Amino acid sequence: MSLLEINNATLKFGGVVAVNDLSFSVEEGEVYAIVGPNGAGKSTVFNLISRFYEPFAGKFTFDGQNLLDREPDEVADLGIARTFQNIELFDHATVLQNLLVGRHRHRKTTLLEEMFFAPRVRREEHRHREAVEEVIDFLDLQPYRNKMIAGLPYGVRKVVELGRALASGPRLLLLDEPASGLSVEETQDMRWWIDDIRKQMGITVLMVEHDMGLVSGVSDRVLALADGAKLAEGTPAEVQSNPAVIEAYLGAGAA
Amino acid sequence: MRIHFKTSYEHDIRLFQDRWTLGVYAALLALAFALPYLIDEFYLGEVTNVLIWAIAGLGLMLLTGQTGQASLGHAAFLAVGCYTNTILIEQGLPFVIAFPLAGVITGVIGTIVAIPALRLHGIYLAIATIALSILADDIIVLMEPWTGGVSGKFPEMITIFGFEIERWTMPSRFYYLVLVVTICCTLFYRNLLRSPLGRAFAAVRDSEVSATAMGVHIARTKATAFGLSCMITGWAGALMGYYAGTFNNETFSIVISITLLMMIVIGGLGSIHGAFFGAVVVAFLPQALSILKDGLVGGGVAIPGLETGVFGMILILFILFEPMGIYGRWLKIRIWLELFPFARKDMFRRQKSYLKTERLR
Ligand SMILES: Nc1ncnc2c1ncn2[C@@H]1O[C@H](COP(=O)(O)OP(=O)(O)O)[C@@H](O)[C@H]1O
Ligand SMILES: [Mg+2]
Repeated sequence: MSLLEINNATLKFGGVVAVNDLSFSVEEGEVYAIVGPNGAGKSTVFNLISRFYEPFAGKFTFDGQNLLDREPDEVADLGIARTFQNIELFDHATVLQNLLVGRHRHRKTTLLEEMFFAPRVRREEHRHREAVEEVIDFLDLQPYRNKMIAGLPYGVRKVVELGRALASGPRLLLLDEPASGLSVEETQDMRWWIDDIRKQMGITVLMVEHDMGLVSGVSDRVLALADGAKLAEGTPAEVQSNPAVIEAYLGAGAA
Repeated sequence: MRIHFKTSYEHDIRLFQDRWTLGVYAALLALAFALPYLIDEFYLGEVTNVLIWAIAGLGLMLLTGQTGQASLGHAAFLAVGCYTNTILIEQGLPFVIAFPLAGVITGVIGTIVAIPALRLHGIYLAIATIALSILADDIIVLMEPWTGGVSGKFPEMITIFGFEIERWTMPSRFYYLVLVVTICCTLFYRNLLRSPLGRAFAAVRDSEVSATAMGVHIARTKATAFGLSCMITGWAGALMGYYAGTFNNETFSIVISITLLMMIVIGGLGSIHGAFFGAVVVAFLPQALSILKDGLVGGGVAIPGLETGVFGMILILFILFEPMGIYGRWLKIRIWLELFPFARKDMFRRQKSYLKTERLR
């Protein structure tokens, strides 16, 4: 059984068919990439998995459970974490606080305990902090730990957002264009991190990415999307050499 | 300049960062407890007033500064707290039960009111909550048998296990009561800030989509913030009732709501200090203005709207030049002093490094 299974998903925005009868599945432990031109519906697929949008039709199954039974805030509880194409951090908080919000799904303490900062709250805080520190070490975020997001460079924010998703201890990580806007070196770092996330942490990764170098470097399988529908699926090499994909990217006649 | 070498996670969890900070706050607390012996009754009354406003400020700060939900309805919750406390005591409950309960009841009412209102955002929420302030007036008049309507009410003397507290005849006892409530509310606030819920509040304030993706239930979190905010506001309202000595349907008007909101903006949104700084401005501005006015145009001349006008102007100046409020300014001065003489001119310049779009990402 696949970790994530999407069957015949369709979503329309007014007249625009953003996702059109799309089916694919992500196996446990793999890195699965979605590529496609702008407006192909890649981010919309992520937002469907996050339950931000209600699909018109389709089945969404995560680890055998029906995703459509879940509220948007319950998706994290299942072990699905994500980043956003345009970085959605908590700007008026520090890096540490941002990462700690990632731990929210592990919150065990009640309002009353927190108001009085009961011993259990303190114990839990230590535990959350330990988990977050592991992520900070992994992503080399030590210099930024107590910095406000609002003053950080773009590249660092991208990493913090990845860190926040990792801090939640997910089984499936959704990365929406993790390398967009990054420099060549930063993209390299991102590549090693994604590799390690899969190999060391055993987290399954579903990502949207334009950088074909990164995609072929880290992913096991690639899905090419155009106008919300599946164009091709296979290994990076297979998809890159697929005539329909080349045509979608370069326009008619170029193939 | 102080440099922190953090050696355990406890450094970031405990209430005071280091010995120095602990010392400063211990000294402040000692001063607060010694105050009745240091200043005369008039000024003690003024300080009590500042503290009551600060409690109300903390209440609204939790909602607006922490969770990002503006409210122009908090005067209504001051009223709920004030009337509930008085009525409970009239029903024979002792103060030590009635007073905490009044806050809790205000919090519960606040949560119930919040559930429909919190679907609105920003300015729309502010406008919707104005209705609360206006409605409160009518409801108080309508519930005359309970509230005394337009003729109002006088709170009974406070007795705590036979120990009497009265604002006019025993100002220092009343001051201590207010001080203890202030300290409790500040501690609650601080504790929330260093717990998961406080971080969820900030998450909701800064980005609802990613808060949701991290497992924060937006509506529930906002309603909790509203409830907690109203609870603290309810306590402030009860104390305001004692401080004023009498209150009726017009005591907690929309003007109080606006003043509260301006107060926390001027003080500095999102910080505990901001609530206190703002309270000082609100409590002392009328006095300062009347002294100034008497000096400039002579006593006895009434200038209608002077207070509101000056207050509004201060607010505009802050929004233009110091959006972080007095607390923001204070931080800058402190850092400047700590770094002296190495502070750079543009150190605090705000930088825009990327564009935010409105689309769901
Ligand atoms: N919230 C929305 N409202 C209306 N149309 C949308 C919305 N989100 C996306 N779309 C449309 O759906 C299509 C797919 O968008 P998106 O998934 O963001 O593409 P991309 O593959 O570049 O991530 C585009 O035509 C876009 O304009
Ligand atoms: Mg996109």
